[in-house]
Amino acid sequence: MPTESAGAALLSAAGLSLERGGRELFRDLSFAVQPGQLVQIEGPNGAGKTSLLRILAGLSRYGFGGSVQRHAPQLYLGHHAAVKALLTPRENLAWHVAGECAHSDLEIESALERVGLYGYEDVPSMTLSAGQHRRVNLARLYLSSSPLWLLDEPFTAIDKSGVAELEQLLVSHVEGGGAIVMTSHQPLQVAYRVEYLSLRAGLAA
Amino acid sequence: MSRQRRAPGTGSFCLTLLRRQLILAARRPIEIGNPLLFFAMVVALFPLGLGPAPDKLADFAPGILWIIALLSSLLTSDTVFRSDFEDGSLEQLLLAPQPLYMSVLAYIAAHWLITGLLLALVSPLFALMIKLPEQAIGVLVGGLLLGTAVLSLVGGIGAALTVGLKRGGMLISLLILPFYMPVLIFGSAAVQNAIAGYPAAPYLAILGAMLCLAIALAPLAIAAGLRISVDA
Repeated sequence: MPTESAGAALLSAAGLSLERGGRELFRDLSFAVQPGQLVQIEGPNGAGKTSLLRILAGLSRYGFGGSVQRHAPQLYLGHHAAVKALLTPRENLAWHVAGECAHSDLEIESALERVGLYGYEDVPSMTLSAGQHRRVNLARLYLSSSPLWLLDEPFTAIDKSGVAELEQLLVSHVEGGGAIVMTSHQPLQVAYRVEYLSLRAGLAA
Repeated sequence: MSRQRRAPGTGSFCLTLLRRQLILAARRPIEIGNPLLFFAMVVALFPLGLGPAPDKLADFAPGILWIIALLSSLLTSDTVFRSDFEDGSLEQLLLAPQPLYMSVLAYIAAHWLITGLLLALVSPLFALMIKLPEQAIGVLVGGLLLGTAVLSLVGGIGAALTVGLKRGGMLISLLILPFYMPVLIFGSAAVQNAIAGYPAAPYLAILGAMLCLAIALAPLAIAAGLRISVDA
């Protein structure tokens, strides 16, 4: 890939190392994420993928070595859907605690429609299934204006057609100048260059 | 990116949070009603335990009312951040670009509005139940308005520190009850002075000073506590 200047990086990590329970998960991991990069973190269960994402997002602040610098607004999707059962999907998105830009009703409706929740905008979220909760959370991706996305297992509990649409969205995000760092156990089926971040060896195309 | 837009300002974000918390509470009215019912039940227990002699009850009334207000505030403080922690909203809140200090203040304000404020507003009713002299009722309400706000802020610190624990209920009491004591001392002293016919304003002023201190410092501790709880 063409090497861009480090100043343009959306996220850079230097010398990250993490130990959990006396086991070294990764060591001296250094990389930078540039606009247009789609990075998938690789590794089996327990390899430290989620831990790494939480470090990159800034949720883990102690207990690891090295430093992370974020140069752009980010959107982090974790294991939990962050969907309130007592609020409707529309309210969940409109009043989301992540504090991204305010969205109009129309934008929220179209985002919910694109994740297949058309007609569910105003029903209480507690009547929705776990997969639909995930979809409400994924609708944030359609609304987001943050260049940097950190996605932890975004395909969990999503059906096949949903996965295909999500892959489309990921590609259009990186093509539009954004960057994505994600974990997933399924290989991405996209017509875009996916770079693999191995917790052992670092970033490789 | 071309479609990048600015995140909402701190003020409007806090108002959104406040509204969100209040609507969440309104959708589960039992959680608003429980502390008030608890207050009523415990007030009703005292005549049974101490005997129904009105003058005896009236002597103890300031202390009784303040202790119950303190306990019912304690009971609800555990819930401030718990559901947000469990469904992942808290992680998102910590990552929000707006200062956590102000977001936390919005959460605590919502908590105070649905517990402390209501408690202070209905307290005259309970005060009459145990024969608190009428001239002290105004001071009781004023003191509770100031005092319960301090209790909410201090309780928030305990809630933030214990939100990651499965059963934080007992620990939170041990952690924050000592910090409730000054509020209890000055709150009930204000009511006692009002009964005796002395000015209660100095005590209320001290409660007000405590509230200022708590507003300035508690959000820092709460924010740090939340970060530790989410990190662990």
